[in-house]
Amino acid sequence: MSRFPDYFNIWHKTGVYALRLSAGSVLFFLMLPILVIIPLSFNSQPYFTFTEGMLSFDASAYSLRWYNAILENPNWILAIRNSFIIGFFATIVATTLGTVAAVGLASPDMPFKRVITALLLSPMIVPLIIIAAGMFFFYTRFNLVGTFPGLIIAHAALGVPFVIVTVTATLSGFDRSLYNAGLSLGANPLRVFKDVVLPLIRPGVISGGLFAFVTSFDEVVLVLFLAGPDQRTIPRQMFSGLREQINPTILAVATLLVFVSICLLVSLELLRRRSERLRGV
Amino acid sequence: MDVSPTQFLRFVDVKKSYDQKELVVKGFSLDVAKGEFITLLGPSGSGKTTILMLLAGFESVTGGDIQIDGIPVTRTAPYKRNIGMVFQNYALFPHMTVAENLAYPLKVRNMARSEIVQRVDEYLGLVELEGYGKRHPGQLSGGQRQRVALARALIFEPSLVLMDEPLGALDKKLREQMQLEITRLHRRLAFTVIYVTHDQTEALTMSDRVAVFNDGVVQQCASPDELYERPSNAFVADFIGENNLIPGEISAVAGEEVRVAVAGGQEVVAQAADIREVGGGCIVSVRPEKMFIKPSDHAYDNEITAKFIVRHYVGDFIRYYFELSDGSEITIKVLNDLAAPKFDEGQHAKLIWQAGDCFAFRTM
Repeated sequence: MSRFPDYFNIWHKTGVYALRLSAGSVLFFLMLPILVIIPLSFNSQPYFTFTEGMLSFDASAYSLRWYNAILENPNWILAIRNSFIIGFFATIVATTLGTVAAVGLASPDMPFKRVITALLLSPMIVPLIIIAAGMFFFYTRFNLVGTFPGLIIAHAALGVPFVIVTVTATLSGFDRSLYNAGLSLGANPLRVFKDVVLPLIRPGVISGGLFAFVTSFDEVVLVLFLAGPDQRTIPRQMFSGLREQINPTILAVATLLVFVSICLLVSLELLRRRSERLRGV
Repeated sequence: MDVSPTQFLRFVDVKKSYDQKELVVKGFSLDVAKGEFITLLGPSGSGKTTILMLLAGFESVTGGDIQIDGIPVTRTAPYKRNIGMVFQNYALFPHMTVAENLAYPLKVRNMARSEIVQRVDEYLGLVELEGYGKRHPGQLSGGQRQRVALARALIFEPSLVLMDEPLGALDKKLREQMQLEITRLHRRLAFTVIYVTHDQTEALTMSDRVAVFNDGVVQQCASPDELYERPSNAFVADFIGENNLIPGEISAVAGEEVRVAVAGGQEVVAQAADIREVGGGCIVSVRPEKMFIKPSDHAYDNEITAKFIVRHYVGDFIRYYFELSDGSEITIKVLNDLAAPKFDEGQHAKLIWQAGDCFAFRTM
């Protein structure tokens, strides 16, 4: 805690304490629901509340019971597998298309830049339920409803805007004379892209990809509309789990998802530092 | 086709417009000899960098032709032109080491690995950066980065090297050092250089010829001494070095000499630069170091009276400011010795100079 400047009177100090209190409570209420599920997922009883044993730190009140339950339930295994398959392919498609789009939009002689950007970013703004309904009717014609390709394409469309935003951000720091330098040294445009542009915007591409993956991973509205029983994903399974079988398995899955998210966030942060180091020229 | 050695690089009436309305470069023509060091000098926005972009192929010409060794290159892709380029901000690839940066142009030309290593070492030595190969550009000083950029533009042995204000980001001392370095490499490797700068000292010290640019047109293209001693129009006289520009009226023309009436009807004799007939306004230019204050033992053809304003002590010389009766200012540089005169403010003095040291130009 820093000492207050000498000119502070009682009102200044009250103001500072009030600010700290409100900022602290915002953080507390943001984090609490997430933190609370972690100990609860180790509950040995099928309850969503802290038992007396848990509160007195009795070892027998904790168990890995609900984590076992995930492994024993074929529905959960299928959901986890589907989530990763759909997430993986949607990420690949979204990252490729998004990066190419961002590079194209960054070119100074791209016509209709604003209109195209707005169109490509629209999945971020248009309410999901509208996209889902539209896709449902559209995909029916192509027999894509209830198939993996259908879901992958749908999730890729949701992920593309994130990739465009992050790659555009890294490209804004990209010095165009590097591209010209590559050409003047005798490399053709594709080669310059591969050897010079891509390595320098890689942090943006990867973080965009991670965002796309997370988007696909926790998306439930499109899945409700487009997925058949074979394409159930983790969020879809949690959704039905909440309604059909009330037990802490959901909490165990949620805890696992929290850890996946933490891993992704940490890798994002490491990437950000790496790109800063590269740019610190 | 047989190509004259003085026409290694040719610009033939090159025009460039970015918006299809206004021309940034208005009919640029220039022949460059093999091995020549040509500088394009001009204020910012004069179109000199655009010329470089057209030559490198990053921009396409609106009209006219550019030929290298007799072959038109305006339809050749930039990566096939084989022209080395040094960029203003170095443009080194930050994710590659110095050695990888130098190796890049050789790698894309599919040179053998062992040969690449050897060539990279040779060029690191050439720019005196032995042992720096494993560093990243971010770990080098400005001067060192500029050397790497230079080596990278030369390593694939292009016959033509373009430099776009390469020393603009360096401080004065480093800049002078790098000027020497570039001149040394140019003498040794005998490549042709097109150099762009807005720094006239740089242009005058390094180049074989300087093309002075303004408003998309070449005002004069000549050797540094001719540019300084015999400017061909008022813009060049004003832009290159320091000059006193005195407005006047032409009263007589006799061959290469003209008589001009300046401030209050005093007549002076000047060389006709671009003036052919009597009448109309003109500008008489005299360099501050070619003017003297009477009494002086220098010979003279012209003498005018002016009012003393102030003198500034610079060190090795003293700068005097005078004013003519029409308000135009005159600066004189006098060597700092015992003979340097002293005046009171408002005192009148006689200023003298030779007709051969002054030129009359049409008013811009």
